Amino acid sequence: MFDWKWEYSVEILPRLLSATVNTLLAAGFGYLIALIVGLAFALLQRTGVRPITFVVREIVEFIRSTPLIVQIFFIFYVGPQFGIRLSPWTSGMIAIGLHYASYLSEVYRAGLDNVPKGQWEACKALNMGPVQIYFRIIIPQAIPPSLPGMGNYLISIFKDTPMLSVIGVAELMHAATTIGSETYRYVEPYTLVGLIFLAISLPTALALRQLEARVRRKMGMNR
Amino acid sequence: MQEYFEYLQQYGPRFVDGTLVTIQQTVIAGILAIAISIVLGLMKLSTNKIMRWPAIAYIEFFRGTSLLVQLYWIFYVLPLFGVTLEKFTAGFLAVGLNLGAYGAELVRGSIQSVARGQYEAALALNMSPYKRMVRIIFPQALLIMLPPWGNLLIELLKGTALVSLISVTDLMFEAKQINGSTFLSAESFGTALIIYYLMARLVVSPSMRSFEKFWARKMGRFDTHV
Amino acid sequence: MNTNTHPLELAGKAPLVRFQNVTKRYGSLTVLDNLDLDINANEMVSIIGPSGSGKTTVLRMLMTLETIDEGVIYVGGEPLTHMVQGDKLVRANEKHLRKVRGNVGMCFQHFHLFPHMTALENCIEAPIHVLGMKRAEAEERALDLLDMVGLADKKDEHPSRLSGGQQQRVAIARALAMRPKVMLLDEVTSALDPEVIGEVLNVIRKLNDEHDLTMLMVTHQMGFAKEISDRVCFFSEGKIAEQGTSEQIFGDPQNLRTQQFLNAVLDAG
Repeated sequence: MFDWKWEYSVEILPRLLSATVNTLLAAGFGYLIALIVGLAFALLQRTGVRPITFVVREIVEFIRSTPLIVQIFFIFYVGPQFGIRLSPWTSGMIAIGLHYASYLSEVYRAGLDNVPKGQWEACKALNMGPVQIYFRIIIPQAIPPSLPGMGNYLISIFKDTPMLSVIGVAELMHAATTIGSETYRYVEPYTLVGLIFLAISLPTALALRQLEARVRRKMGMNR
Repeated sequence: MQEYFEYLQQYGPRFVDGTLVTIQQTVIAGILAIAISIVLGLMKLSTNKIMRWPAIAYIEFFRGTSLLVQLYWIFYVLPLFGVTLEKFTAGFLAVGLNLGAYGAELVRGSIQSVARGQYEAALALNMSPYKRMVRIIFPQALLIMLPPWGNLLIELLKGTALVSLISVTDLMFEAKQINGSTFLSAESFGTALIIYYLMARLVVSPSMRSFEKFWARKMGRFDTHV
Repeated sequence: MNTNTHPLELAGKAPLVRFQNVTKRYGSLTVLDNLDLDINANEMVSIIGPSGSGKTTVLRMLMTLETIDEGVIYVGGEPLTHMVQGDKLVRANEKHLRKVRGNVGMCFQHFHLFPHMTALENCIEAPIHVLGMKRAEAEERALDLLDMVGLADKKDEHPSRLSGGQQQRVAIARALAMRPKVMLLDEVTSALDPEVIGEVLNVIRKLNDEHDLTMLMVTHQMGFAKEISDRVCFFSEGKIAEQGTSEQIFGDPQNLRTQQFLNAVLDAG
């Protein structure tokens, strides 16, 4: 490539790589939050209590239908307006966590709905309680078909972390922009960022497809 | 509440301006994404390696990196290779190219979902591959792909919010500007969120559903199990 | 292993369809094993036998839905699966296939009507877009055919509104609209409810009686095969185990496997 400065690239790589760690941490934590809150969203919608179902449903729809970047700004700036100061990291985690919780809740709901009705009836016949039914019978069966969706969202979260750079979270994109503005050379930083993303997301996607196949086999649910 | 109405009266026009830009970005990027999806989806289905590999590379590349990175790259890095784009163009280009990759997978999957028997019946009638695809397979694939395309178009709408980061004066940009001068963050970003929501829920989704119903009727599916 | 008795062999006349040493494999499985089969013009040939014996594959290869591994198939004296290059035969390319495929028509077990078109539209689609026929002419011909199969009044219905038997009859009309020299019928009644099988068999009977059509039919309807066929081929393990007239095969089968198969089928009623 014309005018690509190799020494410069090598020079900035360590900074980019250490920022990548931050990115991975952000993605990881965000995903964890999303996994748990998403499950809550899904289960709340199955309570059968109309007002709760309705409110949760509307919240989930609202979050899913609006841009994450706007939600990030909202959470980051709204706090101070009412006296609460949230750090960039915290606001970012809350925003990403909520956003992806709403996506994951849909994945969970589909997984749960697809468990055959007969399973519920068998559990009732054995006089099992709801907690036992959910956690030992239903949820384990809901997981294998949900894995592709859950895996895809993990990769999506990872790819969305650059949005956090705009509120100052020191992740990969932020580091690249900072480096670029220091030296006025953006080609190498942004290209390297792209390559790092590819280097992480492609193998992860492959690994996920294999994990999915393995869990399917293990649970004897070979379709 | 009274203050919010006053706020809207004062800043409403700016929100409207921003929304119009967002709509423009969405429509243009949408057309680009649909065109790319169909071309690449078909390419990926080809038995010819020369057709398939570029399609696969494109799809994996655009799905494996984030939209924001692609946007910045197109706007900040491309000029150094001699391609300087206006920010409005860079905006819809990035969004369209990115979502085209997802759309391509959708198109490909839907075409493959059309029952093989249809393909064989058309072949038995000695229809050419072109006529087969255009008159028999694709119309049926379209019916299959419409619901997920509805979701994709909403993702497209949401994606356009990122172009504000290269200073395209869309809805998100205006909200940021207003926030910067008023510090009324809840009102500014909240209003933006509401407008995005209304566009998604009241415009995109119902439009897609009507189109689904229309196409289903055309396909002879009078049970509106769409 | 080849009992090649041709009760209808017309002296000096070349067969309309000829399978010559045809072999077809799927991976390590040999589905058709050095098959020789001749079909003469205007013959109605039934192919019977157990599943997996290669019956459907014979039809699918003739319709070019499957490729050939070894051997050559000829239709109307010309090679179908291969083409002449100089004085050699090479594998046919798509262009050649498109030229010769028009001689063959096929009806499938699951009909495969185009769901987004009416019965009439199904029948005019290929004539217009493949043969380049004008719409008015195609419609006229399609109406005649729909009338022949007894469905003229259903011409504007979509397949979803038609019973299985009706759909299969439209499928027959659709295939006939292309005026093929050979009609292939692949278990066309196997997916139908018993009460509508008769209407489809009647159409086939009518085709056989009133038209000069060469037909090759894979079927489990033994009674019908016995009644209507000029020749019956019993397939087993990718080869013709025995062939002859209906009387010969159903009345006095020589081959052990043929006997076993027929006994099992008759037991099942």
